[in-house]
Amino acid sequence: MTDFIFGKLTLSALPHEWFTIAGTISMIAGGISVAIFLTYFRRWKWLWQEWFTSVDPKKIGIMYAIVALLMFFRGGLDAVMIWIQQALSSGASQGYLSADHFQQIFTAHGVIMVFFVTMGFLFALLNYIVPLQIGARDLAFPFLNTLGFWLYVAGAILINLFFLVGGEFAATGWLAIAPLSGLEFSPGVGVDYWLMSLQISGLGTLLGGINFLVTILKMRAPGMTLSRMPLFVWTSLCSMVLVVCVFPLLTATTALLFLDRYLGMHFFTTGFGGNAMMYINLIWMWGHPEVYILILPAFGVYSEVVTTFSQKRLAGYTSMVFATIGITLLALLVWLHHFFTMGAGANVNAFFGMMTMVIAIPTGVQVFNWLTTMYKGRIRITTPMLWFFGFISTFTLGGAAGVLLASPPANFQLHNSLFLVAHFHTMVIGGALFGIFAGITYWFPKVTGIKLNEQLGKYSFWCWIIGFLVSFVPLYILGFMGATRRLDHYDASTGWQPLFIVSALGAFIIAAGVAMQILQIIVSIIQKKQNLDKTGDPWDGRTLEWSTSSPPPFYNFAIIPEVTSRDAFWEKKSSSSKAPKDNHYEDIILPKNTAMGIYISALVFLLGFAVIWHIIWLAVLGLGGALVCFIIRAFDEETEYILPAKEVAKIEAGRNK
Amino acid sequence: MEKHNSDDKVFFGFWVYLMTDLLMFAVLFATFAVLRNNTFGGITIREIFDPPAVLTETLILLTSSFVMGLAIVSLNYKKKFFTIFFLILTFILGLMFLEMEFSEFIHIIEQGYSWQTSAFLSSFFTLVGTHGLHIAVGLIWMGILVAQLLRRGFTTGNLRKVRLLSMFWHFLDIVWIFIFTIVYLMSGI
Repeated sequence: MTDFIFGKLTLSALPHEWFTIAGTISMIAGGISVAIFLTYFRRWKWLWQEWFTSVDPKKIGIMYAIVALLMFFRGGLDAVMIWIQQALSSGASQGYLSADHFQQIFTAHGVIMVFFVTMGFLFALLNYIVPLQIGARDLAFPFLNTLGFWLYVAGAILINLFFLVGGEFAATGWLAIAPLSGLEFSPGVGVDYWLMSLQISGLGTLLGGINFLVTILKMRAPGMTLSRMPLFVWTSLCSMVLVVCVFPLLTATTALLFLDRYLGMHFFTTGFGGNAMMYINLIWMWGHPEVYILILPAFGVYSEVVTTFSQKRLAGYTSMVFATIGITLLALLVWLHHFFTMGAGANVNAFFGMMTMVIAIPTGVQVFNWLTTMYKGRIRITTPMLWFFGFISTFTLGGAAGVLLASPPANFQLHNSLFLVAHFHTMVIGGALFGIFAGITYWFPKVTGIKLNEQLGKYSFWCWIIGFLVSFVPLYILGFMGATRRLDHYDASTGWQPLFIVSALGAFIIAAGVAMQILQIIVSIIQKKQNLDKTGDPWDGRTLEWSTSSPPPFYNFAIIPEVTSRDAFWEKKSSSSKAPKDNHYEDIILPKNTAMGIYISALVFLLGFAVIWHIIWLAVLGLGGALVCFIIRAFDEETEYILPAKEVAKIEAGRNK
Repeated sequence: MEKHNSDDKVFFGFWVYLMTDLLMFAVLFATFAVLRNNTFGGITIREIFDPPAVLTETLILLTSSFVMGLAIVSLNYKKKFFTIFFLILTFILGLMFLEMEFSEFIHIIEQGYSWQTSAFLSSFFTLVGTHGLHIAVGLIWMGILVAQLLRRGFTTGNLRKVRLLSMFWHFLDIVWIFIFTIVYLMSGI
């Protein structure tokens, strides 16, 4: 009977290691304090009605950013734990973590940083900025947007749920390579948590991908042809094309692993004719384009930042667009360079090696375009611009390392070494994360109406860039010295320890940078009066999002703008012979808020939880409930309401006072 | 005044969804292609393949697709009775297809084999079964849609959903043609 009710879930699964208990306590304490705060200020209803059930992409974007930020702290803590362990555990010292827990921690770090931090911030930026930049009021499918967001949240909770109900994190590395992730070698629930969490959040990402693809292609303001789209929209479009192309592969591959583990199938097992190498192929067919999914929108952010702060048009717009498309296509043709050592043969390796090197060309085009944009521009050195400088220098370093790794003979030496770890961290931190930071600083006044404190932003940047170099340059060197990745212990005779210690010190400099960023947000909000942006255009911007107020009204634009050129807002500002503003408002159709996204995600979450612990009744309940909710929603024909023109005029008059 | 959720956007979005689904099938086809000879001493596709049965199955599905087309024609002429009639006919044909597929599975299991026997059978059951699962989802959709048509008639939403369903159904038909070709004909003869 207990088996029936609780499945495999028992009390002995509860956390009992000191750091998981610490995690549990901090999660419970955090939850309780938020609950007390909300109750004290009577904000529950507000939270539910204004935020949780909202289908406004701007609000969903902010919620994405908050969840991603929480996950960033979680993943960052994992990173610090890895660094400390590696600095300590040389020779006789075993460090403070057991091998098994070390494995769980580096797995958690990778999974959380890629799926829940970078993807979360990415969708935060896309949700907020893309509709504004294309002059739209909404996304093509507002309901799918809220559903996608809550599925992402469900995945994020599920991957951390072992803190509360027990079990462990997968100890397989972030991609759970088979056969290690099969039932034979990983009998625990860690991989099951990973599987369900990725299935659920991956579904959310796929919905987001389809949604943004349709939005960008079908909902642009009149006159905004493809060749007039801002670069951020272009890179987002390409990124979403990649999402649509490869997330089905992730879903299918994890589904096959699921079938191996749950139904005893033999796709990736070592016996019965299974083929584990197929898993590596399939997962990297998703995994490599995923890297480009993360970095392309960051490229778009840099393009926006560089043009705005150089006060010039982007140099070589067309070549920039084609470079982006080129990267998108090439991204699908390079996955095999992750496992040159597997033994696919010289010709196969040569093909993928060359394809990988070719990617340096469109990327190089972009780098030169950015530099040319700055040439003879009136450059303002603001924080977003600093992040861009940091990106250009580190990214070029990382790119060079990447081209080196793309050469199969060199790769045989460097495969799975710390050189590789240093390389992809340079790309993801220097490329994607700096881009996210640049984007957040750049668009913060648009989102909140408050400009971020520049001084603290600059301090934070310098901490980040110095900390980054101090912690990752030693890893390049260690890689050349033969240090492999994911080592929980190494021999003293290797002489690696001093470099590991330097690397760990760098982590603390980065941590200081993160502290500055938090301080920056707090200080900016406290000094609200000095930092207020009343114009809606604090940077003298060029694209449409700056033409509306900061923060924008919930319908984005009272009158949908007509676009006649690139840099639409800039053109509008510089053409003086403009007819007086036509204040003829029309009725606006807007989607109604809905709680169905939360309900469905909650039920899917229960399904995932039940599957992990083999609780059959709950799985049936979750699946059935989610389907019923989805069907109810699908046949609900009253999902929109009309905001009358009078109401719009009233709101606009109030805002223009 | 812009029209929200206009059919244009929905159809395009659904096309994109179908393409993602197709990519998922592509993975299953690829795994089948890699694993089809890894029978590990178990049953092979040659022993599973019963040409008359699978051909009948295929013809039933193709007919159902044709009937679905008739339902759309009726829809275009705003003939509610015929639309519902053809949808029900499609439903029955789909159910027959599913029944035949199911009995093929049962037949394999009765011989003492299952998806646990070999990598080949894992990939066979997964590929063919995923298609069957899609058909089942389509049948549920059809059932609810018929009920909705009877209750509310040709509302904008219902009209759109019939068209989306027909796209979904034809898509499954195409996937089945590939299954018939790659799984049964190319591997089984």
